[in-house]
Amino acid sequence: MKVSIPSPLHDYTEVQEVDAEGTTLAELLAHLDRQFPGLRFRIVDEQDRMRPHMRFFVNGEQVFEINHRLCSSDTIQIIQALSGG
Amino acid sequence: MALKTKKPIRQKQEKSAHPMQTLGSKKKRQVVLLVATRKGAWLLQGDTARKTWRIDGPHFLGHIINHLVLDPRDGRTLLAAASTGHLGPTIFRSTNLGKTWKEAAHPPAFAKASEGEQGRAVDHTFWLTPCHGNQPNAWYAGTSPQGIFRSEDGGDTWKPFSYINDDPQYRNWMGTVQDGTPDGPKLHSILVDPRDPKHLYFAMSGGGVHESIDGGKTFHTLVKGMDVVADFDPANIDFHDPHCIRMCPSNPDRLYQQNHCGIYRIDRPSDTWLRIGKKMPKRVGDIGFPIVVHPRDADTAWVFPMDGTMVWPRTSPGGKPAVYVTHNGGGRWERLDAGLPESQAWWTVKRQAMCADTQKTVGLYFGTTSGELWMSRNEGARWTCIAKHLPEIYAIEAAELK
Repeated sequence: MKVSIPSPLHDYTEVQEVDAEGTTLAELLAHLDRQFPGLRFRIVDEQDRMRPHMRFFVNGEQVFEINHRLCSSDTIQIIQALSGG
Repeated sequence: MALKTKKPIRQKQEKSAHPMQTLGSKKKRQVVLLVATRKGAWLLQGDTARKTWRIDGPHFLGHIINHLVLDPRDGRTLLAAASTGHLGPTIFRSTNLGKTWKEAAHPPAFAKASEGEQGRAVDHTFWLTPCHGNQPNAWYAGTSPQGIFRSEDGGDTWKPFSYINDDPQYRNWMGTVQDGTPDGPKLHSILVDPRDPKHLYFAMSGGGVHESIDGGKTFHTLVKGMDVVADFDPANIDFHDPHCIRMCPSNPDRLYQQNHCGIYRIDRPSDTWLRIGKKMPKRVGDIGFPIVVHPRDADTAWVFPMDGTMVWPRTSPGGKPAVYVTHNGGGRWERLDAGLPESQAWWTVKRQAMCADTQKTVGLYFGTTSGELWMSRNEGARWTCIAKHLPEIYAIEAAELK
């Protein structure tokens, strides 16, 4: 499925949109990390919690559970909710 | 997390402004200042007289760099502790003095909590210390929230070190984000006895000073003589807030400490800190963040006092910045402000943002919260601003290239 990557992570992917697979968001993030080592830890912490200000959308709807189920036709957006100076 | 080697992180560099490729060939030691800021890192290369400085950067523009340290054992490996706004923390590594960087395969991270428990996550690595000279490629890292980690491979992979990260007693002493420093409680001042790699110290802000003589298998507290705020009980380790501790290279039994509550010295094997800041002028006080020790004279140390009165403005007292020096272990302090602004300068210096080189006449350096970099070629007798308009400076290290 297509995954939209925010600009702070383009050092890893070099492009704005990448392909990744998984039946859950957790599996998809693991697949992303295999392709782009280190990316997952920048957006999910060591306790498998989404980091503050990192937001995940599936088909335009925000999801909050890393074990959210996915299907192959889903589109994923990872957003950095930028704030502060 | 994947452990395979990552591709280099792309960093735009201007070759003409990047002198690092030839630095190793110089016969006379040159000082390179490693400047970590809220918005990136800079390297300033001095000439052999330390009179002119060539600036190289920014590296990691927009990333928060908490500490940038050169490995003195190989003279070429740089580690940068980055936390990068909303992204998770990481460590960047360079083995060519900043020409290219690679991200650590496994940055410091706490152990995964058991089911039903609330685990901690590293917010940022705050402090980096190369391990003993006989342990090449080994490093310690101190984090926020407080934790200590060790790498055996030059900073590529990190594991929790010792038992303290998850020890209930230590977790209690570490407190919570509600009583830590505004940008997170910190483990810092990881010190290694050059005579014995198993002899370690570290400090927590807050959470006291701790010592190990068995390589981290056990630690004990070292807070006797240290004051705490107001009428709180100094027996409660949680109340102790050491800001910075330095070990004297010429006498590793002597430590100096700048604390939330004063300036201290301890001479081991004594277990009692002496508040040498009581000899500071009353109008200035002995509150501050950094402390710097002389590379060859254990009686000489420098501090940069800040205003710790009333609401704790944490500025230079009266808007008149000054360094203070002692040449007799804290028995007497002398003001060193020649060349510094005489008034209306309301910046201060953070705990990692002041350092010394090891040249024959010691050079001193500090970076300000307003992004200015000041140096003295004569041990503080006169100060010169060598860079301005940088982001808020978090840390400076004076590396020397052979």
